[in-house]
Amino acid sequence: MIRPHRSHPLWLAFILHRVSGLILALFLPVHFWVLSLALTDPARLDGYLAWSDLTIVKLAEFGLVFLLAVHMFGGLRLLALELLPWTGRQKTLAAGAVGVSVLVSGGFFLQAI
Amino acid sequence: MDVSVWRGTAEGAFQTFQVPARDSQTILDVVAWIQQNLDPTLSYRFACRVGMCGSCAMTVNGQPRWTCRTHVKKALKNNKIQIAPLRSLPVIKDLAVDMDPFFDKWVRAEGVFHPSKTRRDKVEALAPQTAARQTADAGIECINCAVCYAACDVVAANPDYLGPAALNRAWTLVNDAKDGGYDKILEAVSDHGGCHNCHSMGNCARFCPNELSPMTSIAGLKRATVKSFFKRKA
Repeated sequence: MIRPHRSHPLWLAFILHRVSGLILALFLPVHFWVLSLALTDPARLDGYLAWSDLTIVKLAEFGLVFLLAVHMFGGLRLLALELLPWTGRQKTLAAGAVGVSVLVSGGFFLQAI
Repeated sequence: MDVSVWRGTAEGAFQTFQVPARDSQTILDVVAWIQQNLDPTLSYRFACRVGMCGSCAMTVNGQPRWTCRTHVKKALKNNKIQIAPLRSLPVIKDLAVDMDPFFDKWVRAEGVFHPSKTRRDKVEALAPQTAARQTADAGIECINCAVCYAACDVVAANPDYLGPAALNRAWTLVNDAKDGGYDKILEAVSDHGGCHNCHSMGNCARFCPNELSPMTSIAGLKRATVKSFFKRKA
């Protein structure tokens, strides 16, 4: 339950950034360990890679990409907020411009593949 | 309406009072009514009653507020109000907290004036339209009510953190042409518990009764300390 003094967008952005960062920090060591199997134990790596056909793993991958995206844009937001002496309106416009360009370029990318 | 009020110090409990609802009634009116009509031993602090002195801040239904300018209608939930002392400050009794740690941090953040001239020098002319003056002006209406301090989750987690109000004050002085303590202030605010502890969660700006943005001031201090760090290296 979110306490009453925390129910506003900036605090939610903070907690999203913190939680996604923690989960990614837990995931990365496992990620690198599995990748290292390519050198030490390729047969076992293939066994793990076969999992990626499972629907639940595909969903988990979506979750992972979501966490990465949320954490990256959350970090960019913080950098803009703290390092650029802009007004609130300028920052809103800049964030909107980035959002639109990600959508447009993402559309092109999906068309290409 | 049902009003539950914190009684005791750090240890204590909420006591419920029945208070008649009026058309125009602030939270401070409610507290005063209880003290005048039901229990004269209730302790709380106030002075000006018009939102200038910063004495009467309390936690109302979980949110820090200046009680003299908070209408009951704004805070009422299911005909109930819960009034507690401010968070993160030692409770003296009931609703009155010890403000010493809060003001000690203003001094620790070098939030004091550093004179740069003597009485024989000419008075510094301040042009109100310069960027630095406008930045300073954006932060100087602070009434020291400690609402931001109580709202801040970083203060709650780290008692060493200077807090939004002290850092906001430091930022106004950094931008004040009359103040001669630029380096001293940056040194103080980049020490342990300084501006770099801030997570930009923005509770301070959300709850400041004067609609200041200490978070923006702290971001300014972060920029200034980063700039001076690279300058010293060069």
